[in-house]
Amino acid sequence: MEFFTLHDFMTYSKGITYLVMGAILVFMPVYWLYLTDRDD
Amino acid sequence: MENNSNQPYNWFTPFNILTAVVLGVGLVLTIARFGWGIGAVTNLDNNNPWGLWIGFDLLCGVALAAGGFTTSAACYIFGLKRFHSAVRPAILTAFLGYALVVFALHYDVGRPWKLPYPIFVSQGTSSLLFEVGLCVFLYLTVLFIEWTPAAFEWLGFKNLRRIVVKLTLLLTIFGVILSTLHQSSLGALFMIAPSKLHPLWYSGYLHVYFFISAIFAGLSMVVFEGSLAHKWLHHKMDDTHLSEADGVVLGFGKAASFIMMGYLGIKVIGLAVDNNWHYLGTGWGAWYLVEIIGFVLLPAILYSVGAREKKLKLIRIAAAWTVLGIVLNRFNISMIAFNYHLPAADRYFPSIPEIGVTIFIVFVGITVYRFITAKMPILYEHPEYKEEH
Repeated sequence: MEFFTLHDFMTYSKGITYLVMGAILVFMPVYWLYLTDRDD
Repeated sequence: MENNSNQPYNWFTPFNILTAVVLGVGLVLTIARFGWGIGAVTNLDNNNPWGLWIGFDLLCGVALAAGGFTTSAACYIFGLKRFHSAVRPAILTAFLGYALVVFALHYDVGRPWKLPYPIFVSQGTSSLLFEVGLCVFLYLTVLFIEWTPAAFEWLGFKNLRRIVVKLTLLLTIFGVILSTLHQSSLGALFMIAPSKLHPLWYSGYLHVYFFISAIFAGLSMVVFEGSLAHKWLHHKMDDTHLSEADGVVLGFGKAASFIMMGYLGIKVIGLAVDNNWHYLGTGWGAWYLVEIIGFVLLPAILYSVGAREKKLKLIRIAAAWTVLGIVLNRFNISMIAFNYHLPAADRYFPSIPEIGVTIFIVFVGITVYRFITAKMPILYEHPEYKEEH
């Protein structure tokens, strides 16, 4: 990926970051359920 | 709790002999350090003014002492009273950890009589180091006060103990605030060196990484230290401590696993924000993945399996593994990935006396811990105060 302006760079890196954040937002509650589903 | 007071104490155990040797060598190194200066005992130079003593004694010492504020916050702020028996050992470990950080710092900065200067004489209020120093000074005082009820129970000072116990919640809140401040500031210290620290470890979120990693480091250290205490100081523990121990291991293992997964998430966010993906294919990238996958993801999974299957041994292994991972992370940031661009001849590796002083300081901590747990009600409740919780 080649960047010519700071705007190019921010658009790309922030785009990926938002996707990662979305994945984390889905993953963490699921992981919490996995950790606690056998609690008494 | 077994009563062994009638049996003569055997001073000449292998561990006691080893301790005596290490303390003896440490005293000689101390004389060398303060008699002939820092250059006589270290490999530090202008490129690497911070070495093992900062990387291990300070950064790892502070991170691993985070068990004090995490355990007391869990018990007194979040109301998880089932962890109460873990509070005193955690506070003691934290107090000794911070005391040894300050003790070890003398070896680095020299001139011990100047220690109060940054706080009382010449404050550098725009410096992160001043903030770290002030927080450590205040938090060490807080930890000392939090630890005193055990000493007062031992000494029979009932009135003083009653006053300090009334301050518990206030001290806990103060401890959490101070820990949040200085744990993160230790990471922020490295943010002033973006050209020296490898981009995989350098991040605008370094302060967040240090704080979050300190939380699961503290939880892991409580489990790890509890495992060692169970093995070697089992006879000092009362029924309450023994019955609550499994719940502490399970609860802390679960919490550590969740926080470690969150930490992993924000590490990936750090990679994405700075677009550092391409470094992962290099040698440094492989080393970074060893740290992140080998010492964060794998112990987090091990913790989760241990917590779900109620396998305490698995959680204890994960705790020791995580403690090693924290040491590796702090070493990477302060030494291994620091000055990564320098030629091999200019890279830093600690000298034998530096390593000797670090081992000496660890043994001082173990010796004081053993003395305090032998004399004071840390692993058991004093019979006169059992009903007060």
